[in-house]
Amino acid sequence: MIHFDHVTVTYPDADAPTIRDVNLRIPEGELCLVTGHTGVGKSTLLGTINGLVPHFTGGHLQGVVRVDGRDTSTHPPRELADVVGVVSQDPLAGFVTDTVEEELAYGMEQLAIAPEVMRKRVEETLDLLGIAELRSRSLRTLSGGQQQRVAVGSVLTCHPRVLVLDEPTSALDPTAAEDVLAAVTRLVHDLGVTVIIAEHRLERVAQYADRAIHIHRDGTVVDGSPAEILEWSPVAPPVVRLGRIAGWSPVPLSVRDARRLAAPLRERLAGLDAAVAPVSAPAAPGDAAASNAAPAAVEASSVSVHYGKVTAVREIDLRLASGEIVALMGRNGSGKSSLMWALQGSGPRSGGTVMVTGADGVRVDPGSLSAGDARRHVGLVPQTPADLLYLATVAAECAQADRDATQPPGSCAALLARLVGEVDHATHPRDLSEGQRLALVLAIQLTATPATMLLDEPTRGLDYDAKAHLAEVLRELAAEGRAIMVSTHDVEFVATVANRVVVMAQGEIVADGPTAEVVVSSPTFAPQVAKVLAPQRWLTVDQVAAALAATVGP
Amino acid sequence: MAPRARLERDLHPGAWWLWSLGMATAASRTTNPLLLVLTVAVVAFVVSARRGESPWSKGFGAYLIVGLVIIGVRIVFRMVFDGQQGRHVLFSLPEISLPEAAAGIRIGGAVSLEGVLAALYDGLRLATLLICLGAANVLANPKRLLKSVPSALFEVGVAVTVALTVAPQLVESARRVTRARRLRGDVGRRTHWFRQVVVPIMTDALDRSLLLAAAMDSRGYGRTAGVSRSSRVVTGVLMLTGLTGICVGTYGLLDTTTPRTLGLPMLVVGVVVSACGLAASGSRIKRTRYRPDHWRLPEVGVALSGVVVAAVLYLAASVDPENLNPSLQPLRWPTLPLLAGFGVLLGLAPALIAPPPAAEATP
Repeated sequence: MIHFDHVTVTYPDADAPTIRDVNLRIPEGELCLVTGHTGVGKSTLLGTINGLVPHFTGGHLQGVVRVDGRDTSTHPPRELADVVGVVSQDPLAGFVTDTVEEELAYGMEQLAIAPEVMRKRVEETLDLLGIAELRSRSLRTLSGGQQQRVAVGSVLTCHPRVLVLDEPTSALDPTAAEDVLAAVTRLVHDLGVTVIIAEHRLERVAQYADRAIHIHRDGTVVDGSPAEILEWSPVAPPVVRLGRIAGWSPVPLSVRDARRLAAPLRERLAGLDAAVAPVSAPAAPGDAAASNAAPAAVEASSVSVHYGKVTAVREIDLRLASGEIVALMGRNGSGKSSLMWALQGSGPRSGGTVMVTGADGVRVDPGSLSAGDARRHVGLVPQTPADLLYLATVAAECAQADRDATQPPGSCAALLARLVGEVDHATHPRDLSEGQRLALVLAIQLTATPATMLLDEPTRGLDYDAKAHLAEVLRELAAEGRAIMVSTHDVEFVATVANRVVVMAQGEIVADGPTAEVVVSSPTFAPQVAKVLAPQRWLTVDQVAAALAATVGP
Repeated sequence: MAPRARLERDLHPGAWWLWSLGMATAASRTTNPLLLVLTVAVVAFVVSARRGESPWSKGFGAYLIVGLVIIGVRIVFRMVFDGQQGRHVLFSLPEISLPEAAAGIRIGGAVSLEGVLAALYDGLRLATLLICLGAANVLANPKRLLKSVPSALFEVGVAVTVALTVAPQLVESARRVTRARRLRGDVGRRTHWFRQVVVPIMTDALDRSLLLAAAMDSRGYGRTAGVSRSSRVVTGVLMLTGLTGICVGTYGLLDTTTPRTLGLPMLVVGVVVSACGLAASGSRIKRTRYRPDHWRLPEVGVALSGVVVAAVLYLAASVDPENLNPSLQPLRWPTLPLLAGFGVLLGLAPALIAPPPAAEATP
């Protein structure tokens, strides 16, 4: 179906090709997973399939890409629209019309499909993806998962033979992601659509894939069965890494596979306690009492936030203690961001009180402070960190941050170096990788030495390495006595980093407790390791590895 | 005949546009305040009777407010700069004497009733024009009209669609960025304002525009499906020339001071050339419409009512010019001319002819 012959893509001004000498044969009806670190060229590889690379993006493509017999060098994306459907990471950015029904029909109109056929296909697609009740809704009012399903539907109506999905679930909560992936696998099984999918969170898709394509950092590509590739791949979901340390071969790809192999491992671990595992102290349960004793960095009581008639946050009581890392979870639109902004003092707060403790130990209401003073008490990294950046180089941003916070020159640069190592200070912030940009904004906010740091969905678009690094950074910051709160959908990240988990729904707190207690009992929020080793309470691969090492070692 | 329930559906946007253009044309022929107010009332009645529940249907009030602002600005300017003509002096503003070079321009001085009334009539006419066009925007989805852009104008179509979609999102990103600015703490310093707010918004807008254009491209917008480049260029040139002709012709027709040749002949030439362009681009069908709006009897009726209103006002202008533009020198009460007034009332027809708008499913 898709043939790559010695394909090399080089962007203008780039020193080295982004992907080099790719040879692939993807047969019809396969679900093909593209893996690799952030920024290695996954999107470029996907873009070559419908000709967006190089027709739209520029750059030079050597070699031949052929889709259903059509050479992409002579067919621009619009001439391939009947064969290849593309769904991007942010569905809202790609919507052309206003309502669900019109959006589903848009592609067909361009392809000049007869009106009667269009009408029929729209109805079929509405049912296939379970979005029939949304048909006349405005696209902007849909939730993230609904939008993504509409985006999939809008390309499906053209009956493409190939579906290209670029990180379709990265912005979605676990349940919405399941919905989208369930829809996609159904297409593969029922309609024989060839699907190429790029995804950071492999734990969500690895089990459905028929083939994996791994892109190395130098741009070369290997492909094979998912089990083969993930056996050694540097990016691997927790269940695979558990399989590696337990010595299972082939490595399991799903919780179900792993559980069937896990009985002996559970026996070996039976006598051990996750709490004694030495490495990941913050993830160890049981220190809730300790955190209660620690001084409170933030104390909120009956905080409410209204937008017009909508109540985003409903009378929430919350206490963040110094030195603890709290994960804030909940589906999209459950009020997580509104709560964070209200705690920081910059967002609206319709009722309740918030008291924060500054570095000097004085308790104040951040809402009553000037913006400059509020950020010395509570720092916030918003969902789109790039909103805070406006200067042309990293060096200029750092210098500005030092001036804003009246810190000695070089403070911000030093923090940045600590967070991500060396970054070229002449780079434009927009050219940084996702992880580096997040680190820059975090460094800028930390320059003001806040006693509390709030991060709104920092794990978006980060690969496993970057997330592990972020976890380490957050642990260090907490160890220095800061209170940290992270909102995220990423259960695996929560398992590695948080001591406490707060779950929100409809603006209220529905669960609040030590990580192990909250996540292990929940089917949606449980990390893979917990599911495999239940009823034992293990959360991360590192805990298991450390426990095993402790028994074998001495 | 037994009463038959009419099925609700959205009227063809073209019909609403023709009707409102007709009403606007009629309004442009008169400065009689009674007629103009009657026109606004007629338009408002039709809007309230036949507007849907979609987001763009809620803007009529805004057009009314803008209309009032136009009138107000017009009157204030007239008072300050040119208030003196006429015998009925209302009051005097302090006058600023200007040097010889600026002879003929006056600032301040006496303000006469005639001047204020002239400004009021003129402003009212402008406001009525705006409200008529606003009504079309409220009654018909502007984006549906865009669908009729012929594929020969591919690049223009992409640009307009991107602009229409990204512009509302700009408001959203502006809100996000100004909120995020507080997080950096330096709200007080005005010098950074421009860079801090405008730079992130513009980069955001650029990113979104590129994403949308890429999405449109990958979904087949502007497929040529074997049509040669030269034929696309030919249709493009035909369409643009035709549209320019229509614009100039309409202007000539509406503005009585332009030479006659610029009016109807130019309009006819424009229409013919655009029709050629449309025929050329439509000769090979490359697109279809999903649930297209049909042009049926109610559409004909609505469009016709607009055309008739415009025609009656043209007729009235030659029969009874006195009452269409009430005299200010000497000052006289405006009276409602019978023929023209009856003509404007014909504009009410769509409230009966048009089917009720399709109900929006409640979310």
